[in-house]
Amino acid sequence: MITDQRGPDKGNGMSDQKRTPLYDLHVDLGAKMVPFAGYDMPVQYGLGVMKEHLHCRAKAGLFDVSHMGQVKLVGEGAAKSLEALVPVDVVGLAEGRQRYGFFTNENGGISDDLMLANRGDHIFVVVNAACKAADVAHLRAHLQAEIEVIEVTDRALLALQGPAAEAVLAELNPAVADMAFMDVATIDLNGAECWVSRSGYTGEDGFEISVPNSAAVDLAKALLAHDDVEPIGLGARDSLRLEGGLCLYGHDIDAQTTPVEAGLTWAIQKVRRQGGDRAGGFPGADVILGQLADGAPRKRVGLRPDGRAPMREGVLLFDEADAVTPIGQITSGGFGPTVEGPVAMGYVATAQATKGTVVYGELRGKRLPLTVTPLPFTPANFKR
Amino acid sequence: MKFTEEHEWLRIEDDLVVVGITEHAATQLGDIVFVELPDVGTEVVVDDEAVVIESVKAASDILSPLDGEIVEVNEALADNPGLVNEDPMGDGWFFKISAADLSKMDEYLDEAAYKALVE
Repeated sequence: MITDQRGPDKGNGMSDQKRTPLYDLHVDLGAKMVPFAGYDMPVQYGLGVMKEHLHCRAKAGLFDVSHMGQVKLVGEGAAKSLEALVPVDVVGLAEGRQRYGFFTNENGGISDDLMLANRGDHIFVVVNAACKAADVAHLRAHLQAEIEVIEVTDRALLALQGPAAEAVLAELNPAVADMAFMDVATIDLNGAECWVSRSGYTGEDGFEISVPNSAAVDLAKALLAHDDVEPIGLGARDSLRLEGGLCLYGHDIDAQTTPVEAGLTWAIQKVRRQGGDRAGGFPGADVILGQLADGAPRKRVGLRPDGRAPMREGVLLFDEADAVTPIGQITSGGFGPTVEGPVAMGYVATAQATKGTVVYGELRGKRLPLTVTPLPFTPANFKR
Repeated sequence: MKFTEEHEWLRIEDDLVVVGITEHAATQLGDIVFVELPDVGTEVVVDDEAVVIESVKAASDILSPLDGEIVEVNEALADNPGLVNEDPMGDGWFFKISAADLSKMDEYLDEAAYKALVE
C-alpha cells in the first residue's frame, strides 16, 4: 500500500489558492498544480521533475515565479533607509545593478532573503512569496516615512534559466546579451516593457523578467515557442537550486539562522562590517558582526550521502555512527539529477564543517554516512 | 493478478506472491531514484512497512499486503530504480513473499475492479 506521501502538499484540486496570470497556461500545458505559499503553482509538467531539471541545465527552462513579491521603494534616500534593515551595501549599489541580501532580526536571524536592485529612481526588491506580506509591513514600519513602499501587483515574474537562455531571449531583444550577471535593465520584450535582471535560482545563467500581467501569457508563449525552452515546475526548481547550493527560505535559512551560520557572509559587504564606513546599523548587527569576528557555533554545509538513499529535510546528523547527541540536521535534501545521486544541505557544528568530514545521518533507524562537500554541487554557470 | 486499492499488484508465481506497484502508481510517483527493499528472510504482517520508494521529490512507503516471509527481492532495483517507471508491472517488481495464507488474495481487487478505481 502506498501511504505517507512525504512530499509537498499535493492539494485536492478544490482550492482557495490565488492564481498567477499564467494559471490557465500551466493547466493547458498539462501541469500538475499544487498549493504553494498561497498560490496554485505548477509542481511539474509532462516531462516530469527529472527531465525538466536536466533540460534546464542543458538548454533553457521557463519558470513562473509570479507568486514572489515585487516591491518598489521610491523616494530620496531609499537606499540609505533600506540599509537599516539589511546588512548589505545598498547605497553603493550602482544604477542598473542588483544584489542578494536578507532582512535580519534582532537576534541576528534572517526574516527573509531577497534581491534588491538599483533601478535609478527606485530600489526594486523581490522577496519570497510566503514572506511578502510580512516584508511589506516590515518595510512600511521601519523605512523613513518619506519612502514610499509600493507593492507591484500588476506584474508577473518569469525566469528563463539555462545555457541557452541568452540566445533565446536575444531573439526577442538583442540588448539582453549585453547584460552581465546581476545587471538589471528595462527592456522591451514581445512589445511589453519588462524589467529584466540577469540572475536566477538554478545555478545557471539566465534572466528574471518582470512583465505586465496583461503581457505575461504572450511573453511566456513566445519563449515556449522556442525549441530549446521547456516549462519547468517547482519540483525541478527545488532540485536545481539545491544542486546550486542556494538557500530556500524557511528551510536552509530562517529566523533562527544567522547569515554567518548560513555561510552568506559574502553578501555582507565590507562597508557594513566592523571598521566599515557604514558598519552595523541593521537589526542583530551585534550578533552578526560578533560572529563575523569570532566565528559561529554551527555552519551550513553541503552533504553528499555516501550511499544512494536520499536524505531529506529533518534528518538528524551525528559525528559518530553511535553518538547519542546530534550535531546538526539536514535542512534540504533529495536527489540531484545532474549529480546523479543524493545531495543535501544542513547545519553541523563548526568542528564538523570542514570539507571531507564524515558525519552520520539517521534514516529509518539506521545511521548512514555523509561527506561534507563544498557547495555548489554543480558548477555555477553565470555570465560574469 | 490482484490489485490493492493502494495501487499494488500481486501475482502468484510458483506458490509465492510477487508484489509491485501499478503503472498508475508509478506515473503518479514520478521519476523513482531509490528503492529500499526489505531483507530476505524478514517476516512481515499486513501493513508492515516493506519498501521505501524515493522519487526526486518525495519518499513513499509501501506496506505489505500479506502476512508472510520475504523470500526474494528485486536486486536489480539497487542499481536501476528507474525500472519501476519503465516496467512497473514486470521488471520493476519489488519482492516475493511466501504468504501465510494465500486465500487472503481473494480480498483484493481483480483487474476490472482496479481499472474502475483509477479511471
